[in-house]
Amino acid sequence: MLSPLEVEIVLLSLRVGFWAVLVGLPLAIAAAWLLARTSFPGKAVVDGLLHLPLVVPPVIVGYTLLVLLGRQGVIGAFLDNVFGISFAFNWKGAAVASGVMAFPLMVRAIRLSIEAIDRRIETAARTLGASPLRVFATITLPLALPGILSGTVLAFARSLGEFGATITFVSNIPGETRTLPLAVFSLMQVPGTEAAILRLVVISIAIALAALVVSEYLSRRVAARIRGTPP
Amino acid sequence: MIRVAIQKKLGAFTLDVSFVSGAGVTALYGVSGAGKTSIVNAIAGLMRPDAGHIELDGITVFDSTSRIFLPPERRGVGYVFQEDRLFPHLSVRRNLSYGQRRSEGHPQPSFDDVIDLLGLAPLLERLPHRLSGGEKQRVAIGRAVLSRPRLLLMDEPLANLDTARRAEILPFLERLCRDLSLPIVYVSHAIEEITRLADTLIVLDRGKVVAAGPVPAITARLDLSPLIDRGDAGTVLVGTIESHDTRYHLTTVAFDGGRLVVPAVGGPVGAALRLRIQARDVAIATSVPTGISTLNCLPGVITELGTGRQAHRDVQVNVGVPILARLTQRSISELGLEPGRQVTALIKSVAVERTDRSAD
Repeated sequence: MLSPLEVEIVLLSLRVGFWAVLVGLPLAIAAAWLLARTSFPGKAVVDGLLHLPLVVPPVIVGYTLLVLLGRQGVIGAFLDNVFGISFAFNWKGAAVASGVMAFPLMVRAIRLSIEAIDRRIETAARTLGASPLRVFATITLPLALPGILSGTVLAFARSLGEFGATITFVSNIPGETRTLPLAVFSLMQVPGTEAAILRLVVISIAIALAALVVSEYLSRRVAARIRGTPP
Repeated sequence: MIRVAIQKKLGAFTLDVSFVSGAGVTALYGVSGAGKTSIVNAIAGLMRPDAGHIELDGITVFDSTSRIFLPPERRGVGYVFQEDRLFPHLSVRRNLSYGQRRSEGHPQPSFDDVIDLLGLAPLLERLPHRLSGGEKQRVAIGRAVLSRPRLLLMDEPLANLDTARRAEILPFLERLCRDLSLPIVYVSHAIEEITRLADTLIVLDRGKVVAAGPVPAITARLDLSPLIDRGDAGTVLVGTIESHDTRYHLTTVAFDGGRLVVPAVGGPVGAALRLRIQARDVAIATSVPTGISTLNCLPGVITELGTGRQAHRDVQVNVGVPILARLTQRSISELGLEPGRQVTALIKSVAVERTDRSAD
């Protein structure tokens, strides 16, 4: 089966993807709700900024993170001194890089599903005595669940594949920041590693497929629960 | 008690209405675009008027000068919309109980009462998409009632239903209006619904109140003919059961102007009834006729002639209360009918129908 090194790479990749999505999700839901349901001055600018990681070269994102969150960075130095949290050249930094790159995908999927909710249903809930917060928790969130699920899985898959921003921000340290794509890249620098690369390629595809299958299953179940048809 | 006095610019016209409404069912009537929905939206807190004041049971929920605007969830106003607006992901039971949270202080009417009243028991565990249109609207009505509002708003709750579904829901609505001591503002452009359900009628035209008062008085007004499409509705009378004739299956009903004999209706002597008389079922005689099959011949005075409508013209006759008769122009001129003329109104007894809602 998998060698200890491969297990280490897979587990690291999953951990990075997991945390990238977990921390990103509440923020993505908040951002998606703001974009879908409110209007405020500068909304277009915020919308544009959120989408930047999709269009800017990943190296630029990684470099920006390095400048901001690196040990000498404006925010990084502050976090290090005050809370003792460091993102420099460790797996947490890899999770940040993956999370930033995947964030727009998550926001887009959730925003679309919130926009698809009939606002008149939310209005009806208000007339039944529900505060805006209760409406959000009991109506908006459950009805947006298919979008939240698919956005999460999409973001998770994107995190697993993250390369450019990660290698720029936290380098390629075995056991710390060397996720699947970085491991493949490293092997490619060494002659005669075609078999090892092939194994990692198969593992990558297997993980991605598994994520898609789980997501499809879950969103079908959720959609069925909302429409009420048996799954 | 609801006091509404609001102004709001709405595209081509300005909504500028002021009315007071008490217990029972107040109907807002007018053609599409008259401003009916805007008024109930303002009462519910879904629309903010440009200026004015709205008061519910002594509580100011909107006042433009003191900048009061209570959000909808704090107004205690139930709202039944044209569309059912059920929560698609919740069962009927959970839809019904969604608004109960705010009403823990006053448990009337109980969950079971409302389920009974609207016949919802077999539907409780279903999801909304498994319900028919009529069932959905019944659930929506129950949901609004179970939030135990101070006031219930209904915005054309039957408008999106076909005739059969409408006929299915009307009896439920009648029971609801009769059995709950809940003031209701009922928006409709169907006069038939209003004559069956409402106590007070407010007629709106292009954002203004043009008439307001008890349903019988307003439906008998000829000057409102251009606005009220009476269709088959005719005039509304309120009376009480005086006696039953079991041999001929007839019931005698007393009203302010006299007596009417109608096909037997259930109910104890003294019970209140609402009767409808269609204008086209009323004939006029200038002398008291004999040898006639019509049971109801009421003496009266012509009070007003309506404006002509091709062959026909509506005539208002006061038989103690005003009723309308639809006559041909030719009959009117041949009989020399004019205001002040003593006549007999002949009403076919079959044209008098009881509605389930007892009037007070």
